[in-house]
Amino acid sequence: MRRIKNLSLRYKIPLRVIALVIVTAFVLTSTLVYRGVEDLRHNLIDNADKMGRIIANTLVEPILHDDVWRSFEIINTPFLAPDIHATSLDAEYILILNVSNTIYASTQPERFPLLKDPANIDPRYTELLKALPAFQSSRTVVVEPRKSDDLFLLIPIQSEDLRIGTLVMSYPKPPLVARAHGLIRDAVLTTLLVLAVLLPLSVYWGRKMAAPLLKLSTVMSKVAPNLPDSDEITLEESNDEIGQLGNAFKEMLNELKEKEQLQQQVIASDRLAAIGRLAAGIAHEINNPLGGMLNAISTFKRHGVQDTFTLKTMSILERGIIQIKETVAALLVEAKARSRPFDRNDIEDICTLIQADVQAKRINFTLESDIVNAQSLPSTLARQVIINLLLNAIHATQQHGHVSLHIHSDGDNLSIDVCNNGSYIPPEKVAYLFEPFTSLKETGNGLGLWVIYQIVQQLGGLITVQSEEDETRFTVQLPLQENQQS
Amino acid sequence: MKPQLFAVPIGLLRVLLALALAFALPLQAAEQPDLAPIRIGLTPVFLDYQATFIIEWRNYLQRRLGQPVTFVQRGSYRAIINLLQNEQLDFAWLCGYPYIQNRKSLRLVAVPLYQEEPFYQSYLIVPNSDKQTQSLADLRWKNFAFSDPDSNSGHLYIQYLLAMQDEKSSSFFGKTFFTWSHRKVIEAVAAGLAQGGAVDGYIWDTLALSHPELTSRTRIVNKSQKFGQPPFVATRATPKQQITTMQQVLLGMAHDKEGERLLGILNLNGFIPGNDHLYDEIETMSRFVEKQNK
Repeated sequence: MRRIKNLSLRYKIPLRVIALVIVTAFVLTSTLVYRGVEDLRHNLIDNADKMGRIIANTLVEPILHDDVWRSFEIINTPFLAPDIHATSLDAEYILILNVSNTIYASTQPERFPLLKDPANIDPRYTELLKALPAFQSSRTVVVEPRKSDDLFLLIPIQSEDLRIGTLVMSYPKPPLVARAHGLIRDAVLTTLLVLAVLLPLSVYWGRKMAAPLLKLSTVMSKVAPNLPDSDEITLEESNDEIGQLGNAFKEMLNELKEKEQLQQQVIASDRLAAIGRLAAGIAHEINNPLGGMLNAISTFKRHGVQDTFTLKTMSILERGIIQIKETVAALLVEAKARSRPFDRNDIEDICTLIQADVQAKRINFTLESDIVNAQSLPSTLARQVIINLLLNAIHATQQHGHVSLHIHSDGDNLSIDVCNNGSYIPPEKVAYLFEPFTSLKETGNGLGLWVIYQIVQQLGGLITVQSEEDETRFTVQLPLQENQQS
Repeated sequence: MKPQLFAVPIGLLRVLLALALAFALPLQAAEQPDLAPIRIGLTPVFLDYQATFIIEWRNYLQRRLGQPVTFVQRGSYRAIINLLQNEQLDFAWLCGYPYIQNRKSLRLVAVPLYQEEPFYQSYLIVPNSDKQTQSLADLRWKNFAFSDPDSNSGHLYIQYLLAMQDEKSSSFFGKTFFTWSHRKVIEAVAAGLAQGGAVDGYIWDTLALSHPELTSRTRIVNKSQKFGQPPFVATRATPKQQITTMQQVLLGMAHDKEGERLLGILNLNGFIPGNDHLYDEIETMSRFVEKQNK
């Protein structure tokens, strides 16, 4: 049972269709055969009854006149006719019984002599005679004695509604059975013929019905471990349930992908947040002693021993410590600095500031901006973000490349879009792009994007990157801080 | 189904057609007012079911008599005798038994010659499957077929034999029945419907020539003494002239080609004038049976 349950639809649907076709054919055939055989039997009995009644009516006068010969001639007439239309469904013999149920005449007089009790000749007559209707009844009785190959019709011969004799017609059943067998054989052959046509057709239809399901199943099995690309999924387009299922599956797949992306983003931002906290903590802890050390060196330089070697050493120490401090300061992005709001002057400044680099690389720089009024956003930080992004873009762009800046405000958010057609950021690097000391270029400390990210985070904004072969785009969404001023 | 409900046997159709023709032609002849048809009654003392022969014989008689002829056939001797008594017939071919019974109203015209003799016998027959029966005595309690109550060979002779032994057919036999023709007695015995039958020997012999498959299913147990052949008779009312003409025509049959051919079909040699003494035996038997049954 389980094996059947586990069978592929590829086989299950055609098998079920086949089973259905066979059952239908079987039921139809048996019904028709049953009807046919019954009709055959009824026809035989009806015809025999009609003929028997004609004979019985003709016999009334000869029997009343006790004319045995005439009675014999009447019942024997059918047997004299040349057997041109021998249908094999013929009476074997006809018998006339008189009122006392002894033989009055028969078409087989040697077997059934006159005046004899038929029950003494053929024991089945005991049963037959019991079935005789009442004297007044004109009903034909059909008797099929048990364990007998014959069928008997008992037809009363009546004069003035009273029985004066009984006509007994004996029909052998084997020809009837042979005909029934013929009928069954024909029906079975026809059914087999029909099945021979229907079965391949049903297999074909069954397979066709199973095909989209199988395809869906194959595609579904690809979901783990990695989500397949929607390009890889080829499902038949249709509006039926399977088509709907396919569409639902595609939607689910897309949603799963989005979820996966989101998860990765969450993981990345969590990691960045953790790194940020760690870096800030370390920076703070390092910053304080560094301040002290620098003070100490300054004091020593002013009041200490003034020999050249010592001064030189102190200068080396001082420069080293300053470098540490700068590095640490870079890690420790402080967004708290208050400044005037960001406006179109800032944008002009930015353009001026990067002009040298743009020209150096002969880059085609385009700017689009709809900023007219001042935006409630600290200009220092916004400038730092935009400049850093633009410098990165210019740096990543080849000679005569293209860099664009697009700044747009919708009242709630300021969106900054920096695009370049420079080198492509591989996907595996995108995940770590905003972590410190991740540099894409040979020079640089890898803190530029880290700083941008920290600033954006602290401003409650969002930064995303999309990198494709011909374009790398950084998009920053910064919420406008309406309440921050108050 | 073997009993073909409405399939009238072709033979029967032919007979009906022939009869229709037989009765249609005299009507044309009857249009001649001065020539009323001669009415001749026929009985199964010969093979009267041969429709073609009947037409040919009637044509022959018409030609020879110069007068239209009507044949009248009935189901029993009695019916023909009644017609004769009512003078609805001019002539009839009867059995010797009814002839001696009605001798007063009838006149002997001619007697057929069978095997050059005006005699025939009554045969006692049984089914061929019955090898035991040697005489009438062996048929006690058996079913018996007679041809016609007014037949000598087919009824009277057996009555006579039984009367001789103080028996009656009603108590001697099991079931007895009449078939109303000699040929059908043979059929009844051949089918086994009757275990014995009495039949005109001339008819049996003639059928043995044309239908041996029928007669071979019967076996002759006993042949009677010779009786006068069934006579051709006229009523007393029939004009003498007509009787003489008829007698001449019948006697002359053996002397012309067509007549000879027709006699050949009947298996007869011809006709002779005959006389009443030919039927003395039958009269004796008849008297004896009547006396015995009183």
